[in-house]
Amino acid sequence: MAILEAKGLTVDIPTEDGTVHAVRNVSFSIKPGSLFGIAGESGSGKSVLTQAVMGLLPNADIGGEVWFEGRNLIGLPQEEMRRLRGGRIGMIFQDPLSSLHPFYTIGAQIAEVLHAHEKISPAEARARVVDMLGKVGIPSPAERFDDYPHQFSGGMRQRVMIAMALILKPALVIADEPTTALDVTVQAQIVALLDTMRREFGTTVILITHDLGLLSSVADDVMVMYAGNRLEYGGAADVFRAPAHPYTAGLLRSTPANYRPGTELAPIGGRPPSLLATPAGCVFAPRCAEALPRCSSEPPPLRRYSDGVEALCWLEEGASMVRPVAPAAVAATKSAAPEPVAEVEDVRLTYQVGSFFGPKRSLDVLKGIDLTVGRGETVGLVGESGCGKSTLARIVAGLVPATSGRVRVLGRDMGTLDARQWREMRQQVQLVFQDPFGSLNPRRRVGAIIGDPFRLHGIASGEERRQKVRHLMELVGLNPEHYNRFPAEFSGGQRQRIGIARALALNPALIICDEPVSALDVSIQAQVLNLLRELQRDLGLTYLFISHDLSVVRHVCDRIAVMQDGRIVEMEATERLFSDPQHDYTRTLLSASKTLPAFAERERRSLVETRVAS
Amino acid sequence: MSKVTTTETSPQTEIVQRGSFALTVRRLRRDTASMAALCVIFAVIVLAIAAPWGAAMTGHSPIEQFRETGLSPAGIPVGPGAEFWFGTDQLGRDVLVRLAYGARVSLLVGVFASMLASLIAVIVGTTAGYFGGTVDLVLSRLTDLVMSVPFLLCALALVSAFGPSLQLSVAVIVFFSWAPMARVIRGQVISLRRQDFVLASRSLGAGPFSIMVVDILPNLAVPIIVYTTMQIPNSIVFEATLSFLGMGIVPPTPSWGGMLADASSNSLYLVAWWLIFVPGTALLMTTLAFNILGDGLRDALDPKSARTARRLKRQPKAGGKS
Repeated sequence: MAILEAKGLTVDIPTEDGTVHAVRNVSFSIKPGSLFGIAGESGSGKSVLTQAVMGLLPNADIGGEVWFEGRNLIGLPQEEMRRLRGGRIGMIFQDPLSSLHPFYTIGAQIAEVLHAHEKISPAEARARVVDMLGKVGIPSPAERFDDYPHQFSGGMRQRVMIAMALILKPALVIADEPTTALDVTVQAQIVALLDTMRREFGTTVILITHDLGLLSSVADDVMVMYAGNRLEYGGAADVFRAPAHPYTAGLLRSTPANYRPGTELAPIGGRPPSLLATPAGCVFAPRCAEALPRCSSEPPPLRRYSDGVEALCWLEEGASMVRPVAPAAVAATKSAAPEPVAEVEDVRLTYQVGSFFGPKRSLDVLKGIDLTVGRGETVGLVGESGCGKSTLARIVAGLVPATSGRVRVLGRDMGTLDARQWREMRQQVQLVFQDPFGSLNPRRRVGAIIGDPFRLHGIASGEERRQKVRHLMELVGLNPEHYNRFPAEFSGGQRQRIGIARALALNPALIICDEPVSALDVSIQAQVLNLLRELQRDLGLTYLFISHDLSVVRHVCDRIAVMQDGRIVEMEATERLFSDPQHDYTRTLLSASKTLPAFAERERRSLVETRVAS
Repeated sequence: MSKVTTTETSPQTEIVQRGSFALTVRRLRRDTASMAALCVIFAVIVLAIAAPWGAAMTGHSPIEQFRETGLSPAGIPVGPGAEFWFGTDQLGRDVLVRLAYGARVSLLVGVFASMLASLIAVIVGTTAGYFGGTVDLVLSRLTDLVMSVPFLLCALALVSAFGPSLQLSVAVIVFFSWAPMARVIRGQVISLRRQDFVLASRSLGAGPFSIMVVDILPNLAVPIIVYTTMQIPNSIVFEATLSFLGMGIVPPTPSWGGMLADASSNSLYLVAWWLIFVPGTALLMTTLAFNILGDGLRDALDPKSARTARRLKRQPKAGGKS
C-alpha cells in the first residue's frame, strides 16, 4: 500500500522558445513512513515534479495520475487542493529566510497554519506551537514564540519551517533542497532532525536534493532523475552500492566526497540536454561513457532487477563498476619552501557599525590572519559562511583595504601602492568568482569579456587580441567559434570556464578562486576542478582556493587553512589535516562532510523483466 | 597545453537561439496595442515629412491667409470641405497644412528634448550612483532641487527675460524633464555596481570611467529606451503648453499648442469646432501612442513581465480547444 503513487506523470511547460518537457512519464510509489529521495542535477525536473503534484503549476499541462489517500491529485479542484496543502501534505523550502514572513513572529506564522485548517482557540494554538517548537529542537520555545525570523540563525529558521510543516501532522512532507542554503555542520543536524521527526510522527518524507551523500545516509528509496526522465529507481542501499544506470554511477564517481588521494575526479563529460527537444533515443546517451550504438536511436527499455532496482537503460548488466582509468595525478615535486607569492601578516579588518542615533560598535571580521602562499602551490581556505574567508580574499586581491596588518604580493606591500602601481598589480592577482551568472556582464559578448584584461592594460588589440582570446578559450575547453556569443547562451560550467579564461589572460602570479564550483552541479564541478588542476600543472599557476566544502578543497589543495570567526584555527598539509585533525572545529567539519559508501562488488543481481518503451 | 581536453560537446539537437533583439520584436508584434501605437506614430512622422508636399499639393502655404475662400463674408472660418480638408482658422489659413507643419515642431522638440534630457539623466544618474558618497549627495540634492522648482513659473520668467524662441523652449523642457529619469538610473546603477562583474572588472584594473561606460551602460539600455520613449509625449505636451501660453514657438510658425491657443483666444471654437478638435486629437493620439509604445516596450524588453507570461499561457489552451 503506497501513500503516494504516480503513474506516467508528465509535465509540459509552455515558454516562448517552445514547450519545455520538464517531466516525462515518471512513475513511482512511496511506502508510508519511508523517506523517499529524489536526486538529480539542476534542471532535471525534480522540483517541477513535486510542484505539479502539489498543484502549484497553474501554467503547465500535466498528464498522468497521482494517487494520494484515494484521490487523484491531478485535476483536483483548487479548493480541495488548498485544503490538502498544509493539512495533509506539508512543504519545506530551500531558503528559510525568504519563506518566512519578516513582519510576523514565528509563533504567529505557525499558529496561522493551525487557524487556517482547524477551529482552535489562540491559547490552545500557542500551546501546540510551543510544544512543536520544542520538538524540533528550538531551545526555550515558550520565550522564542514571540521572536521574529531575523532573530534566528539559518539552521534555526529551517527548524521553524519544519515545525510549521509538521504542526498539522500531515501524512506527507515534501522537503525541497532543505539543507542547500545551510552550512555543512548545520546540514547534518537538519537531516537528522527530519529523520527523527518522521519516525516520531510516522510522516512520510520526500527529500529532494542534488546531494547524493545526503541521500545515501537517510533515504529508504531513491529515484534518480535526469532531464525529466526517471533513470533509476530502487532501494537506496542497493542503488548506492551498485548503481544500475551509468548516469547514477557517473554521478557517484564525480562527487568530490568520493575522492581518494592521488587520483583525478571522473567527471561526466558534456552538459545536460535542452528540455525543448525530444531525443530519439536515451536522453543521457550523448554523455554516457558506456553508450551502445542503439542508445542514440531507440528509446531505452525499462530493466527490472532482482533486488527491485529499476533502470531505464539498454545495458542488460547495468553500469560497469570499473572506474575509468584516470591519469594518475603527477605528484609535482614541490620544493619544501617555495618562493612566497603572497604573504599576509597579522591582517585585521574592523567595521564600524551602529545606527545614526545608537552607540557605535565595532565589528571584527578578521582577527589577525597570517598566511603565506608559495609559488606553484594551492592553499585552501575553508570555513562556514561568515567566517571572513571571502573578505580575506578581497584583501589579498587588494580590492578591500585592511584595517591593520600587511599584505605583500610578490614582495610589494599592497597598502602602500599608488594608483599606477595598483593598476600594475592587477596583472599579478586575478579572481575567479563564485557566481558564474553574476560575474560575467550579461550584455557583453564572451570574446569582449575574455579580452577585457588586454584592453584595460593596453596589451593587445585588433586581430592579435582576438587571436589570444581564441587561444585562451581553447585552453579552458571552450569552442573558440563561440567568440561572439553572450554569456546567457552558456551553461553554468561553461561560464565558469569563461571566468577562468579571463583570469588566465595576463598570466598572473596568483589566482584567487572564491568558491569557484559551489554554484555548479556535481558532474560539472568535477570538470572544472580537473581543469583547474590541469592548468596548474601545465602553466605552473598559484591558487588561493576558497570553499566551504572540505571534500572539494581536498581534491585541489596542497595545504589547507581552516577558518573560524575571523581566525585561522588550523593550517596543515591536506592529507595530514584529513588523517589527523588537531583542532575541534576541524573535526566537526570533517565529521559533517558526508562520505558515500564505496561501490561494492556486484552481488547476485539478475535481470528480472524488460519492458520495451512504447 | 593542448592536453587540456575539450569536454563540452555541442547539444545533439539544435535549438533555435533567438537573439534578444529578435525576441523583443516578436513580443512587440504580439502586442496589438503597441502595434497600433506604432502605426499612429508612423502616420504622424509621415505627416511631418510630407508637410511641404501637402502644401504644394493643396497650394496652401501654412502661413498664407485665404481671406476670400477661407473665410465666410462675416469673417467666420470655413469648415472641413473639399478645398480645406480640415477647415480654416480665424485668419483663413489651412488647418491641415498647419497641422502637418506643427507635427514637425512637435516631433522635433519631443524627440530632441527627450534625447537631450536622457543624456543628462544618464550622466548624472550614473555618476551619482557609481561614486556614491558626497558626489551622490550633491547630485541627488540637485535632482531634488530641479524637481521642486515650479515649472510654469520658471518658464514664464525665463521667456519674459529672453523672449520666446524654439531653442529656449527646448532648453526649458530639457531642464525640467531629466530629473525623474536620473533618479531611476541612479537606483539601477547602485544595484549594478554591487554585481560581481563590476568587481571582476575592477580587479582587472578597470578605472571608473571604463566600468561606467563598458560594464554598466549596456545594462541600462532597457530603462533608457523605455524612459526616453515615455519622455517624448511629455516633451510634446510641454511644448504645446508653452506655445499655448504664447511662450514657445513664435507665430506665425504653426505649432499644435499655438493652434489650440488661437482657437480658444477669441472663443471661436464655439462656432468652429474643428479648430480645437483637429490639433487636440492629433496631440492626444500622438502622446497616447508614445505612452502605449513605451509601456509595450517595457513588457517586451523584460521577459519576466507578467503580461508576457499570461499571454503565453492563453495561447496553447486556445489552440487545444479549436
